[in-house]
Amino acid sequence: MSDLRRRVASWDVLVVLLTVVVLVTAAGVVENFGTSRNATFLVLDLLPIALVALPMTLIIVTGEIDLSVASTLGLCSAVMGLLWNNGLSLESIIGICVLLGAVLGVVNGFLVTALGLPSLAVTIGTLALYRGLAFVVLGDGAVADFPLAFTGWVTGTIGGTPIPNVGIPLVVLAVLFGVALHATPFGRSLFAIGANAQAAHFSGIRVARTTFWLYVLSGAVAGLAGVLWTLRYSSARADNGAGLELAVVAAVLLGGVSIFGGKGTLPGVLAGVVLLAALQNALRLEDVSGQALNIVTGVLLVASVLLPNIATSIRTSWQRRRLRRAAAQ
Amino acid sequence: MVRTSRKIVTAGIAALFVAGLTACGGTTKDDAATGAGNQAAASADPNAKLKEGLKIAFLPKQLNNPYSDVETSGGETAVKELKGEYKKVGPNDASASSQVSYINTLIQQQQDVIVVAANDPNAVCPSLNQARQAKIKVVTFDSDASPGCRDAFINQATTQGIGESLVKMAREQAGGAGEIAILSATPNATNQNAWIEVMKTELAKPENSKLKLVKTAYGNDDDQKSFQEAQGLLQSYPNLKVIVSPTTVGIAAASRYVSSSSYKGKVAITGLGLPNQMREYVKDGTVKKFALWNPADIGYLAAFAGAALSSGQISGAEGEKFTAGKLGEYTVGKAGEIVLGPPTEFTAENIDQFDF
Amino acid sequence: MSSLATAPAAALQGLLRARELGIVLALAALVAYTAAGNPRFLSGQSIRDILLNTAILAVMAAGQAVVVITRNIDLSVGSVLAVSAFGVATLMSANPSLPIVVALLAGLAVGAACGLLNGVLVRYGRVPALVVTLGTLYIYRGVTYSWAGGQQVNADELPPHFLRFANDSILGVPWLVLIAVVVIGGVSLMMRNYRLGREMYAMGSSPQAAELAGIRVARNTIGAFLLSGALAGLAGVLFAARFGTVDAAAGTGYELNVVAAVVVGGVAVFGGSGTVWGAGLGALLLTVIGSALAVLDINQFWQQAIVGALIVLAIGADRLVAVRIAGSLRKRDSHV
Repeated sequence: MSDLRRRVASWDVLVVLLTVVVLVTAAGVVENFGTSRNATFLVLDLLPIALVALPMTLIIVTGEIDLSVASTLGLCSAVMGLLWNNGLSLESIIGICVLLGAVLGVVNGFLVTALGLPSLAVTIGTLALYRGLAFVVLGDGAVADFPLAFTGWVTGTIGGTPIPNVGIPLVVLAVLFGVALHATPFGRSLFAIGANAQAAHFSGIRVARTTFWLYVLSGAVAGLAGVLWTLRYSSARADNGAGLELAVVAAVLLGGVSIFGGKGTLPGVLAGVVLLAALQNALRLEDVSGQALNIVTGVLLVASVLLPNIATSIRTSWQRRRLRRAAAQ
Repeated sequence: MVRTSRKIVTAGIAALFVAGLTACGGTTKDDAATGAGNQAAASADPNAKLKEGLKIAFLPKQLNNPYSDVETSGGETAVKELKGEYKKVGPNDASASSQVSYINTLIQQQQDVIVVAANDPNAVCPSLNQARQAKIKVVTFDSDASPGCRDAFINQATTQGIGESLVKMAREQAGGAGEIAILSATPNATNQNAWIEVMKTELAKPENSKLKLVKTAYGNDDDQKSFQEAQGLLQSYPNLKVIVSPTTVGIAAASRYVSSSSYKGKVAITGLGLPNQMREYVKDGTVKKFALWNPADIGYLAAFAGAALSSGQISGAEGEKFTAGKLGEYTVGKAGEIVLGPPTEFTAENIDQFDF
Repeated sequence: MSSLATAPAAALQGLLRARELGIVLALAALVAYTAAGNPRFLSGQSIRDILLNTAILAVMAAGQAVVVITRNIDLSVGSVLAVSAFGVATLMSANPSLPIVVALLAGLAVGAACGLLNGVLVRYGRVPALVVTLGTLYIYRGVTYSWAGGQQVNADELPPHFLRFANDSILGVPWLVLIAVVVIGGVSLMMRNYRLGREMYAMGSSPQAAELAGIRVARNTIGAFLLSGALAGLAGVLFAARFGTVDAAAGTGYELNVVAAVVVGGVAVFGGSGTVWGAGLGALLLTVIGSALAVLDINQFWQQAIVGALIVLAIGADRLVAVRIAGSLRKRDSHV
């Protein structure tokens, strides 16, 4: 019973419920929100954030952070444009871009795990570095002549359903990440590292190696997101995805992952992503300016940590009072 | 445990690669057929009446840009005259992808006409074509999208005319000879690049042989960036006589820098600017002459063109005629282009007659 | 005994000094190289422009350095700058007769209020600084956008004495630069010589130990955020005066430059070490790099990449120094 109450009261469950409430309310209240076409747009809009949030969740669960993801996305997009202009086949370019993302992740992982540098500072550095390189590669120009077969596939839907084709890789990856985090020893080791890296190390977990591979994974997924971003807007540009890292971190924290590591669920994070995207979509349909969304995002982000903290302190003070009463009797 | 973790990670990466490398047919740039084909133009009925109650939405490059505010204000006036519903939406940053979400929203809201200034001629194309499939007429202004994905384009003036006028002003200010530099918007801005091309052709002519274009700098239509680029130009080229800035943000920033620096009076600024922003610098002597068309007229004409398209008066084919309220009759040119008219030149004598 | 205790401390101080010395050397080399390529880089106007461009960043870096030294971070500074810049510009265009001091105080006050909220949330809400200031980065920016509603304040709407303030100088030193120097100097002094400053270093080195030692951690944490906010607010006023055109997007992305300046300037991201004037040097170095690239006609797109590489290099170097110090301390201990 008390376990159930704790489950219900935990933030990630609340976020899932809140997301459902927002979706249902918006479908009822906001004109054109519930249409199938809008569902397609919604999924397309949240796709890059959702993709990048998957490995980000794992990294933050281990108590680290990767702020360079959006720049990795941008650099992969720029390289994609460059290689396309040089006449490579798009299929191999896509492979190269994902590989490039993984290599950029290797750099992050090396700096963080082998040199023991703080991940926040390292990835702020590589955020600037990768974005800068993206501009060096492609300048301010854009490469736009990607074949319709590919760009059309990215924006297209499966058969007659409103589900976009790109929903498939998203669902596959989400399931893979979810299982890995919540149903394998590997996932449990991540929580252990996040709770106490030293203790995890002494209990036989190879902390550095695990963290290293998480950065590689994060880079590869960001590279894939860069490919999909480029194809969706049929435009390879160095500034693609600028600022996305903040939206991703916001969504992950909103989903109930602790910035200190050791706590969080993937369903909570996905709910956080959907919640932000749905609010944005609904507000835009209601002609509320995008500015208002900035405020909503910020408030939700702070509230996602603040409210559970307040709830905990209320609960502990209750418990204390109850104990005191019990002692008095 | 470690082995499992590595397995999972490697498997994940492998899966990504498989996804990336499937269908290794090899699609390269050479065999790619890109761009959506132009939709079959519907037949136009020149005598059709303009519909009332049309929902006309304006989507400028970004919201807080004084120039596009003036443009869309003209659009608002026109929509009022047409007894339609006016709406203006847009992103806070002039990025290519942020406009797409707004176009999608406008499709959802079932607008009749979308009037858009494209941040990237190609990135907005798929969405604009979706809009046209949903029977929404698409008019571009200010900065064109690929001709394949819009019905008409409102061109503020002919590219040739603007380029010639910019070189003429530069020659006057330089006293016929000397170094000049260009402070443009972004390096891939459609308009500015076309004008700069014409300028280069003009500069190659014998009467301009003494003018030397030393550099084209890019301020990205960002006030601070343009300000700093102007600084950089003056530092790098001590003999610079004239900075030509074919963008309202750039000319204002460059004028502000020069008016407050030791270069005032030595270096002339000219180009395309808004009278309200430039009044101060014209009065204090930093700027002698600059030019622009009336931006409000662009929005006005765009709204009427959209209404004419939506009412079936025109289809966007060359040679069709329609009447745009107070501006009079216009003819659709090649590839759906509608040209507003020649630019106005502003000097200390006439600047107070204009308020935009 | 006492000599043994002071020797590592002296070595440590020497190394730290070497850290700032490194930046000075890098600066000198960069300036020399650039000036060799284009002597006008050292002209009065050019130096003036560089210092003016540094001033705003340096003022923000001073506040950020204090926050980082206490083992926190303030990502909201760019947005605070926007609130303040837009607020002050609106104030001055509505009341053109207000003296410049009022504008400066208004900016400081707006910034301090924003910083206070950050500090309270961090300390009493027990929300990590990264989360709080990431949240308020969005919130303050959103507030500015809603307030501005797409409007911008143009140079011709601002009173001339306000705009002149950005270009006027006293004894040949522009006001903006003077303000930046005073801020850097004052905050450096506070951190170096006063109890409050030393307490902040202690908090950054070990928050638990500081609390146990009776340091008023709550007051100091809130004070650090208050200072960072107030200085970002001040930077907003300088921004408005310098650029004359202010819209809601002012200072977007500045937080990154400010953090970069602080890190390049030798302040450790995990608190407890580094100096405020080092952060000021970091700001100067970043600005000079930008100007040098423009003057040397190097593709400006390299700038961001270079800044990124510098950050990584700086924290790598700090790590190396820290490992060396730890090693030498251990060795001395074993001798005793």
